[in-house]
Amino acid sequence: MTSAWNPSETDDVIDQLAGIQPGSHLDAVRRHRLQAREQAQQSYLALLAPRAPLSSQWPLNERLAVAAFVAVLHQQPQVQRFYRDALATQASLALGKAIEAEAAQGLARGPYGQYPQGPLSAEDQAGPVYVVAAQNRAVLGERLSAGLAHAHLLAFHPRDAKPAHLQALLDAGWSATDIVVLSQLVSFLAFQIRVVAGLRLLQAHPAPSPSPSPSASAPQPTAEENAA
Amino acid sequence: MSEQTLHYPNSTEPQVFTQAQLDWLPWMEPLPEAELTPRHFDGLVDASRAKSPYFRLLARDPDTLGARTRTDKDIFYNPDGGLPRAERELAAAATSRLNGCIYCASVHARFASHFSRREEDVQKLLDQGVQADLGPRWNAIVAASVALTETPLALDAGHIDGLRQNGLDDYAIADALQGAAFFNWANRLMLSLGEPALETAQA
Repeated sequence: MTSAWNPSETDDVIDQLAGIQPGSHLDAVRRHRLQAREQAQQSYLALLAPRAPLSSQWPLNERLAVAAFVAVLHQQPQVQRFYRDALATQASLALGKAIEAEAAQGLARGPYGQYPQGPLSAEDQAGPVYVVAAQNRAVLGERLSAGLAHAHLLAFHPRDAKPAHLQALLDAGWSATDIVVLSQLVSFLAFQIRVVAGLRLLQAHPAPSPSPSPSASAPQPTAEENAA
Repeated sequence: MSEQTLHYPNSTEPQVFTQAQLDWLPWMEPLPEAELTPRHFDGLVDASRAKSPYFRLLARDPDTLGARTRTDKDIFYNPDGGLPRAERELAAAATSRLNGCIYCASVHARFASHFSRREEDVQKLLDQGVQADLGPRWNAIVAASVALTETPLALDAGHIDGLRQNGLDDYAIADALQGAAFFNWANRLMLSLGEPALETAQA
């Protein structure tokens, strides 16, 4: 375990991971949807730095273990590094290694899965069913092992989800409220990772002339040039 | 013995993507309305959402629900510039189509149809899938949404160029990306915590 884990209201994690500097063009773009920016941060805090009284007793080290696992599955380098380091502040080296190994063996391409039997069955796509490796179950424990299996389902093939998947979690000791938190965490990460990657890409590929205004832009091409 | 999930042997699940109104049935008990506290109502944001089994199930973690709902509202409902509402809904519908969320797709296809008045094109997306030809601007929005939805992500500079060539500025592009990203959140919850059902005929 290294430094502390204390995410704050003000250190916006999406800006940090997307490399958005205060006052930059992308900062202005994000602040155009200010509530979305603030509430994405609040979602992150509610899931990974929850306020008392806690609605779920699901421990922080397991939340960060699932986050680190899901981040690797998405293969977005900045997010992957961030949650791996976050997990290292709260978990043993053995747990960190087990998560890395499980994520590596869980890599796949999604979304795949089956539709209800009928006309959409033609669009069914087969994919792997992830199972935690026997040698990692001891260090992860039954509860977290079940959580990882569910996280993999949500990350890659959510349309395969059935009541039996929730029953497996309940049987492994998860409460209904813990399951809601797990589902929100994995689903939120699917959002956060995509916002980070999308904004990074937008920032790396600026428009030829940003925010053109008629007075500031180069002379307009003539109608003849336009027609060419 | 652990808790048991909920089952609906008498409900009929939709077999195709549709713009019709569907029900959604939870696989675990939502909080009973009578047990909702001020903290739960803050998470629900609109008191009327206490009628929804989906939101009362998510209210088991009220702080996350509240932040999720406020994120959703700003991305989709904020009228200040950016991408027109119809096309934010298109991004949501395309994402839901690729992930296979029949319930989410039904809601946001209806919204896309309502705001665009292009119900036939929206239906084409549902019937033919994300490869449907909806004209250059909608094709660019669908392609970017779909690429962002794949895991690992397949979005590249070509998608950004495609959006720009069809008249989207960076504010509109950010709306499209956030709309698609948000439905990667919403789809996973709707798909994994319950099931869609055809509305039962009124007696």
